[in-house]
Amino acid sequence: MKSHRIIALFTRHMYLYRRSLPRLMEIFYWPLLDLLVWGFITVYLAQFRQNLPGFITFFLGALILWDILFRSQQGISVSFLEDVWARNLLNLFASPLNAAEYILSLMLVSVVKLIAVATIMAALAWIFYSFNIFLIGISLIPFVLNLIIMGWSIGIITTALILRFGQETEVLAWALGFMFMPVSAVFYPVSVLPPFLRTIARYVPASHVFEGMREVISTGGFPLSELLWASGLNTMYVLISLLFFYWNFNVVKRKGLLVRIGE
Amino acid sequence: MFEPVVEVNGLTKIFKSLKAVDNVSFDIYPGEILGLLGPNGAGKTTITHMLLGLTTPTSGDINVFGFDLKKYREKIIQDVNFSSSYASMPNSLTVKENLKVFARLYKVKKKEKRISELLKIFEIEDIEDKLVRHISTGHQTRLNLAKALINYPKILFLDEPTASLDPDIADKTRSLLKSIKKNRNLSILYTSHNMKEMEEMSDRIIFLHKGRIIAEGRPEEIIRDFRRKNLEEVFLKVAREEKI
Repeated sequence: MKSHRIIALFTRHMYLYRRSLPRLMEIFYWPLLDLLVWGFITVYLAQFRQNLPGFITFFLGALILWDILFRSQQGISVSFLEDVWARNLLNLFASPLNAAEYILSLMLVSVVKLIAVATIMAALAWIFYSFNIFLIGISLIPFVLNLIIMGWSIGIITTALILRFGQETEVLAWALGFMFMPVSAVFYPVSVLPPFLRTIARYVPASHVFEGMREVISTGGFPLSELLWASGLNTMYVLISLLFFYWNFNVVKRKGLLVRIGE
Repeated sequence: MFEPVVEVNGLTKIFKSLKAVDNVSFDIYPGEILGLLGPNGAGKTTITHMLLGLTTPTSGDINVFGFDLKKYREKIIQDVNFSSSYASMPNSLTVKENLKVFARLYKVKKKEKRISELLKIFEIEDIEDKLVRHISTGHQTRLNLAKALINYPKILFLDEPTASLDPDIADKTRSLLKSIKKNRNLSILYTSHNMKEMEEMSDRIIFLHKGRIIAEGRPEEIIRDFRRKNLEEVFLKVAREEKI
């Protein structure tokens, strides 16, 4: 593992975002739109839900945190697609770069992207709705870390699938993250789900994060049990996703698919 | 006799039921340009990709600089590079930014100096700040070649390196490659569909057909063995599957 190769790849993506307005919009436009539309809907609905304290906090907090997960996943899978679209994978993997360094560089890109998005969203939420995400308190840090790691796991799996099944599966880069949304209990508690979905939700790290967030806002307590669940599941899933990526990478090399992707 | 820098023994690649490369063995020596010739589907690109570790062989051994490619790929590839018409550089980066990224990837010392040298050699200094998407195909090919030389490679794999270059730049590129080969004892594995170029460039040629080596030797030896006037005629004979 060589840091200069990770930095080289990271630099390549930073060059890309530095001057590309469409790419910058892709990072900021959708989160901004989400925040404005859902934020104002929340403000409107809150007028009728006087008996539910922290309605805005629940909703906007969830929105910002969900976006962190989604951007974390996109930071991996869309950055990988940039190399596919540029037909650059061959050049990269013909160099001493290895799969682990490649994935690490994408993780780094995803962290930078989501720091940018989260900062902008948090600032706008404060400006438009006087909502302070830091109200969630110290739990915010492990919440965010868990969402980032879950996003990475989904991103790594997506990348492996696109490598294996080709560019026609690139829609997964946008779709796979959303598949987890209904069972992540982002905007509603797990208890409203039907029993079979409740069982699935128990094994989705994000559902524990969002349940934990609601607990913090409602009671002010530290949701240790939810955080332990989320961290344990995430540790397992990120390991599984990495193992899946390596296994798949070897299959792709054996089948000679690495050189065909993007053609 | 020098030790070969590349030793390939019994290399075979099977994709499902297709034997793309069939028990191929050859060596590449220091300072030698070895031409890989053959019709489409002969196995040239698959061999090149196996030599780069991008495709895993079904069987056979590849040793580069005396090391097993399977075990020492990272170390070996540091001194190898390639340019292929199947790969391009990110077109949202400038010419110079692309070279900077690859200079970092290969940990080139004095990056700026090396990049300036290559921009000058390939006569692309005036477009160094242009986005790749805004430069001509010929300039992109020159950028690919500049990238291929960024790490002072000892072995270069070139797949159709002069495709899309005008005759003047193509000629300059060939002269340049020959000069680098001579000065730095560079070994080159060269594939092209330009038979005249293959005759001019290659010290030795391996002729592939359906994944197997059907002829090997100096260009003039192959032409003589096939009783043809030039490599183009040899190629046509093989491609049209006359009795070989």
